[in-house]
Amino acid sequence: MQNETGKSKLMWLVIDLIVLLYAFIPVFWIISLSLKDSATLNDGNYFPRSITFESYQQIFANNDFTRALINSIGICLIATFIALLLGTFAAYAVARLQFPGKKIIVGMSLMVSMFPQIALVTPLFRIETAVGIFDTWLGLIIPYITFAMPLAIYTLSAFFREIPWELEKAAKMDGATPFQAFRQVIAPLAMPGVFTTAILVFISCWNDFLFALSLTSTSAARTVPAAMSYFQGATTFEKPTGPIAAAAVVITIPIVIFVLLFQRRIVAGLTSGAVKG
Amino acid sequence: MAEIVLDNVVKRYPDGALAVDNFNLEIADGEFIILVGPSGCGKSTTLNMVAGLEDITQGELRIDGQVVNDKAPKDRDIAMVFQSYALYPHMTVGENMGFPLKLAKVDKSTIQKKVHEAAEMLELTQHLDRKPSNLSGGQRQRVAMGRAIVRQPKAFLMDEPLSNLDAKLRVQMRTQVSRIQKTLGTTTLYVTHDQTEAMTLGDRVVVMRGGIVQQIGSPQHLYDHPANLFVAGFIGSPSMNFVPGRLEGDGIVSALGEARLPDRIRQALERGNGSRDVILGVRPEDFEDARINGDKPGGRFSAPIDVVESMGSDLYAYFTLRGDVASSAELDDLAKDTGNDLHTDGTAMTARLDPTARIRQGDNVELWYNTDKLHIFDAESGRNLVGGDSQSAANAGTGR
Amino acid sequence: MSTQADLSRPAGGGHDADEEAVAIARKRASEGKKAEAKLGMMLCAPAALVMVAVMAYPIAYAFWLSLFRADLRTPDQNEFVGLSNYVTVLSSPIWWTAFGVTAFITVVSVILELVLGMLLAIVMHRTIIGRGLVRTSALVPYAIVTVVAAFSWRFAWSQDLGWLAGSSAPLTDRWSSIAIIILAEVWKTVPFMALLLMAGLALVPEDLHKAAAMDGGSAWQRFWMITVPLVMPSILVAVLFRTLDAFRVFDNIFVLTSGANETSSVSMVAYNNLIRGLNLGIGSTMSVLIFITIAIIAVVFTKLFGAAAPGSDEGGRR
Ligand SMILES: Nc1ncnc2c1ncn2[C@@H]1O[C@H](COP(=O)(O)OP(=O)(O)OP(=O)(O)O)[C@@H](O)[C@H]1O
Ligand SMILES: [Mg+2]
Repeated sequence: MQNETGKSKLMWLVIDLIVLLYAFIPVFWIISLSLKDSATLNDGNYFPRSITFESYQQIFANNDFTRALINSIGICLIATFIALLLGTFAAYAVARLQFPGKKIIVGMSLMVSMFPQIALVTPLFRIETAVGIFDTWLGLIIPYITFAMPLAIYTLSAFFREIPWELEKAAKMDGATPFQAFRQVIAPLAMPGVFTTAILVFISCWNDFLFALSLTSTSAARTVPAAMSYFQGATTFEKPTGPIAAAAVVITIPIVIFVLLFQRRIVAGLTSGAVKG
Repeated sequence: MAEIVLDNVVKRYPDGALAVDNFNLEIADGEFIILVGPSGCGKSTTLNMVAGLEDITQGELRIDGQVVNDKAPKDRDIAMVFQSYALYPHMTVGENMGFPLKLAKVDKSTIQKKVHEAAEMLELTQHLDRKPSNLSGGQRQRVAMGRAIVRQPKAFLMDEPLSNLDAKLRVQMRTQVSRIQKTLGTTTLYVTHDQTEAMTLGDRVVVMRGGIVQQIGSPQHLYDHPANLFVAGFIGSPSMNFVPGRLEGDGIVSALGEARLPDRIRQALERGNGSRDVILGVRPEDFEDARINGDKPGGRFSAPIDVVESMGSDLYAYFTLRGDVASSAELDDLAKDTGNDLHTDGTAMTARLDPTARIRQGDNVELWYNTDKLHIFDAESGRNLVGGDSQSAANAGTGR
Repeated sequence: MSTQADLSRPAGGGHDADEEAVAIARKRASEGKKAEAKLGMMLCAPAALVMVAVMAYPIAYAFWLSLFRADLRTPDQNEFVGLSNYVTVLSSPIWWTAFGVTAFITVVSVILELVLGMLLAIVMHRTIIGRGLVRTSALVPYAIVTVVAAFSWRFAWSQDLGWLAGSSAPLTDRWSSIAIIILAEVWKTVPFMALLLMAGLALVPEDLHKAAAMDGGSAWQRFWMITVPLVMPSILVAVLFRTLDAFRVFDNIFVLTSGANETSSVSMVAYNNLIRGLNLGIGSTMSVLIFITIAIIAVVFTKLFGAAAPGSDEGGRR
């Protein structure tokens, strides 16, 4: 028996190790690339022989990159905030109220979540050019909000459903109007859910590439993922591997730290909206 | 403080289910009314209609003479205590209790004063700044009460407010609820499943079954004069024993032997000119060890005792009567509610005897029963042929 | 519920009276719920408006554009051409190659994701040591920007530069490129799949496993006869979503191969026509075709397996 548990512990240890390797190998590789100096960059070694921060200095000296970083942060924060605001309202209604058109809103967000983004690129491109928001923050914020909306609605409505009905009844009995019940009782209780959803929505905006690529033309609104693909080496012959790796690390580290900190909530959020009990 | 009138109130859910039918009740100002009945009989529905949380399909609900059918809960000035307490987890005890006042835009100092008064009454003063999650079950229950009290509403509605407490706490809180209601004199409508609460708390008890009011009356009245088999079986714990029997001449024949009926009952039976097939009802305390009661008038029979439980002050003897089992839809309903719907051959009986009775398990004992306290029900309709107040038996829906 | 209603039905109450009462109940309910309905619609309106404005109108516009010869390089030759763009696209080998590549990547990666996702889910669910650590690190691929991961894989498989490549150059060959694209896709989405499946696994009561073990089932039998059927709803939802997602594959291909060596997906060729080629008519036609394909996949899935849409249940209200 003793031996048995010892064995299974060892087995799990090995399996766990495999999972860790799986998750981190590409991450460490890009970190190690970003730290290699130009002499050893092309040596094909997984770990750097010597460490240098040259690539980081290079990208932070590059206005296009710093601008892109600001764009990324600003656009994603604003889009997350708005998507969450609108999503919270809609999710509450979907989870808690009976009203005509509920099926429509649920179906609509389902359709949006399945929608091929590429199909939007041309029309948005044309419309945004016509309206004059092409290559601006707003031009990206709008599609980001839209594509984040279903995620926000699903995840949040799952959280709303967990709040006991009786609290609303109690609020009504205490003299609250439906909106007051929402505002003063339900919304505060849904805050953890809202926070979790915010992380998920932010990640999904942060991850976007297609819109950032096609709805921008200068560094005015280009976000980091798109900017990375436009990186130039110092000379035309030099491949910008180091700077790209460094930029990749810069936009990855904050998200990874976020995820490590709020692992539990993210797991809850990702699963609650998608699978019903 | 208010007078609440339910006038022919009907509740039908949109899916067609009839939850409450023709409910009539006049609740006097300051009265404490208990609603009892088996699970699913429409108690919560009734309460929610008074609260305004469910709308009324037909009939009228009047508070202080004003029809309030279409008023939102917040405009009815009624407070409710929920079974789950429904405390707001993100607010402190004080904020929970002050919430109704805050919504009513009462100024801060008044809120504070009122919350403190209520907290004092409920011994919650030192917990005012804590969150509900840090309170014990009993304390949470008191906060829920406090939230109802603080705004001095016209009426309290309570839906099984004590059922989540353990037995000991429930007894404590029961007296506290009673005290508070008496002090404040607020009209109260109280739903419960608990026999003791039903018997001790209310001025009047409303017994419901399948959405229909069976009888309304003071606890003692319901106990002594149940209108029908259902009320007889529902009120009282342990519940009344039922045995099928036949009226023959001046007496009655059943598994409890042959017994002569006292004049009072015979006269009542003639008036009711009921059929010959009846169901006898005997309360456990109307049995006695025949040796103790000597030759008092009453019926006598022998039965082997299955189990004896001595409670100190009383002695419970359980025995089984062979032969037919009293059967009726009402009794089936009762059995379902208590979970005793296993059909065995014979009738399980309970007798509450004097503690001096020397009875042991397995003995074949002669028991005596008080024919003067016999309840006799029509085997078909379940109506009480003797003791029940005839008018409420005939029209169970009408209040007094 | 209904027995209760039957019991309490007044003896004289006929059928018509009942129906009338139900009608009254419905009407009353609707009157009472009016405020609620209004609030519900008001709360949903902004979200719905945004989704309609950003989705419905542009998709209609894309369809409209697909009926025109609309090439930004030759703006004065724009004209209505009916369905001829569709004929052009559907008879073009480039489109069908891309379609084949996309379908291949979708099928292979979803199957791999399902298998690996299930394994990972079981590991996360059952591991006896470091469960928190395993779950946390499994989230890392999910959280990493696709483009970042794609660059990592590209560098790893680049000749001389990459630790995986050595002196070979797999990204210059079609099939090895596709394999790497699939690797990148799978790596990133297995954790997400695993999380969805794990939520399903958590719904399988532990006692059921014990009971089956007592009944003499082997671990393998228990997996197929107990776990899989119970987790099936989660599997279907996860597979549906991943299939639709995989069919839209773009980021990885853009970074890894830019569509070289016939590795373009449908999204990639549409992008090339739209943004690089500025041929809006053809690009829009492709967009519409992708949209239709995805709609067909979704409908077939839901019809075939009854995969329920998440969040579509009404939720008990009491
Ligand atoms: N929203 C609803 N829609 C349809 N039927 C309902 C609804 N709510 C309750 N019912 C039905 O109405 C009847 C009465 O329910 P109610 O909740 O009032 O019972 P109750 O007496 O409070 O029972 P309990 O003691 O279990 O709380 C039941 O048959 C129930 O199934
Ligand atoms: Mg109830």
